[in-house]
Amino acid sequence: MPRFLKEFFNRNGTGMGLAILGLVIFWTIGLIILPQLSMLDFSFRPNLPPPEIGGPKDVYTLENYKYLIYGPEGGSQDYNAVDLRVFFRTLLAAVCVTIFNLILCYPIAYYLGQSKGSHIRIFAIMLIIPYWINEILRAFALRIIFGETGVLNTLFMGLGIWDTPFDFIRNDIALYAGLGYAYILLMIFPIYNVIESLDHNQIEAARDLGAPWWRIHWRVVIPYAKPGISSGCTMVFMLSAGALAAPQILGGPSSLWFTQLIYQQFNDNNDWPQGAAYAIVLLVTCILFVLAVMRLFKVNMGDIGK
Amino acid sequence: MSAGVGVDLENLWIRFGDFVAVRDANVNINGGDFFSFLGPSGCGKTTILRAVSGFLDPSEGKVLIGGNDMRGIGPNKRPTALIFQNLALFPLMKVWENITFSMEIKGASARERRKRADELLDMIALPGQGDKLPSELSGGQRQRVAIARALCAEPDVLLLDEPLSALDLKLRQHMRTELREIQQRVGITFIYITHDQGEALTMSDNIAVMRAGVIDQIADGKTIYNDPNTAFAASFVGENNVFRGKIRRVMGTEAVISTNRTGDLVARISTANQGKMREGDEAMMFVRPEAFAIASDDAPGDHCVTARVKHEEFEGNVFNIFTEGDGGKEIKVSLPNVGQSFEDHTGQTIRLEYETRNAVLVPAGELAAE
Ligand SMILES: Nc1ncnc2c1ncn2[C@@H]1O[C@H](COP(=O)(O)OP(=O)(O)OP(=O)(O)O)[C@@H](O)[C@H]1O
Ligand SMILES: [Mg+2]
Repeated sequence: MPRFLKEFFNRNGTGMGLAILGLVIFWTIGLIILPQLSMLDFSFRPNLPPPEIGGPKDVYTLENYKYLIYGPEGGSQDYNAVDLRVFFRTLLAAVCVTIFNLILCYPIAYYLGQSKGSHIRIFAIMLIIPYWINEILRAFALRIIFGETGVLNTLFMGLGIWDTPFDFIRNDIALYAGLGYAYILLMIFPIYNVIESLDHNQIEAARDLGAPWWRIHWRVVIPYAKPGISSGCTMVFMLSAGALAAPQILGGPSSLWFTQLIYQQFNDNNDWPQGAAYAIVLLVTCILFVLAVMRLFKVNMGDIGK
Repeated sequence: MSAGVGVDLENLWIRFGDFVAVRDANVNINGGDFFSFLGPSGCGKTTILRAVSGFLDPSEGKVLIGGNDMRGIGPNKRPTALIFQNLALFPLMKVWENITFSMEIKGASARERRKRADELLDMIALPGQGDKLPSELSGGQRQRVAIARALCAEPDVLLLDEPLSALDLKLRQHMRTELREIQQRVGITFIYITHDQGEALTMSDNIAVMRAGVIDQIADGKTIYNDPNTAFAASFVGENNVFRGKIRRVMGTEAVISTNRTGDLVARISTANQGKMREGDEAMMFVRPEAFAIASDDAPGDHCVTARVKHEEFEGNVFNIFTEGDGGKEIKVSLPNVGQSFEDHTGQTIRLEYETRNAVLVPAGELAAE
């Protein structure tokens, strides 16, 4: 028995230890790994009506993956341009949302992390409370703000800044705002956590040695906050690439999110294998992308946990 | 030495809300001096240093560096460099990058910076350690890196906030000498903060003794030790025995006080208080442990204290006798070990004598906490 297990049992007693261990194993294997594995399995099978499942036609195939790249067999185009474009647009948009979120949240996290006093608590509560409201309601609230007769258009047209309503929805501004807003906390808190532990004397030392504010951030604060920044960015990227409600509600009619395609496959087309294949492509691409970016910025896997 | 840039504090007040952290400080620090602020924890030393380095705006009064008013000039624009109480080295930068951070800001090339770092590393006796991280150094080495980092900025005034407090005794004593040497080599003004009177006395040209936001005395170490202005300065700097009494008679620079316990005693009035002390004033007389001797039979009564010995200890170079004193406080007597035989006095009543010039009289006032 490995040491950590022995210690674990010593600390919790055999009965309790077994119970905890069993629950954790059930949680990871039963609720996470097995369903994902069956999805993986689905993605390599043809979409068959129930009676034929397990029959002679139920063999492993790459059809579903090919479909994403080449489109329907005998189709008019060489490539599945529509779905591929949605796929890459989704990734790009998720990157944009992440960067936008980082730029917005870093100053907030820095302020929260470095100032002292009880107002910080109030500030944090004000950030958290809106998340009690469910996602759908928040998304529709943004529609009220960004809609054609929404708050912003009424305001700006009233002020005479523009005279025909600006379509925030068609231009995807509402979508970006909605996605950005949805994950603000996931960006702020990891960064806040690291910056809070940064010794304020280091900032003063840099200033004392003559550094202007931007260089203090560049050389002292950001390197220190890197684990928090990467943890926040990964979460925001993964979640916005996989978001469904916000694109559904706030996306313009012409701009599909890849998750919407997946949803259509599962639900509208009732083609689970195809949906599973799409979902797996999204998942694997996102993971590879995150790993590549982490490598580029020399972030360790352990840092993400901070 | 007057080559360096001096620092002056003029009527400096610093308040935090209603709390007065520094009260009307007036200090003139000569260029090239090693100047110390000495005072107990919380007396406002760091606050003064922050006002000099520019992290804090005075509520009233001025900070002058090299004769120029520093109002409105930020810490990154002042010719000062601060060594923090906890050093505040940048943990993610290598030692050489830490040291040359100020050059990086001015846009110096990596090559120049490497070269300067190597010079400074030689100076602080850490050659070839530039590629380590601060966490890979010992406490004393980190200390020296912090000094090098500050010196690399070529400040006119180096500010040091208790930089040795985190080190163990041996290293602290070693670093005292080293700091003093570095200061004499670079010839710039050092403003040093400490609550350790030993550090202040051994290193400084001049010392300001601070008590709860007030500067009690500014003088060189010998003067502060031998001729304190206030009861606080007398009791904070070095060990001292206090005798309280009322002034019975003033005779020029000397006075006789009447004490409850030991009768009338004669003392020298401290220089700053001469001409200011009157008959009937409450006063305190201070006699250092080493200024007492066992009285000879013909010693006059107004130079003698009679007390019962509580216990004794042998410290090697001195023999300490502790007797009952005023208000529950012990009187400590240190007799130098010069080869005489020490008989045990415990339980006996002994007579101790002192010379008038070694008994300093100041107005009664607050004593330093032990
Ligand atoms: N930002 C602040 N707000 C309110 N009070 C403060 C502030 N900074 C310092 N003080 C108070 O001013 C007094 C002096 O503080 P300071 O830090 O100068 O002490 P110090 O002499 O450096 O003590 P130490 O030897 O413990 O470092 C303290 O009583 C402290 O509580
Ligand atoms: Mg301090």
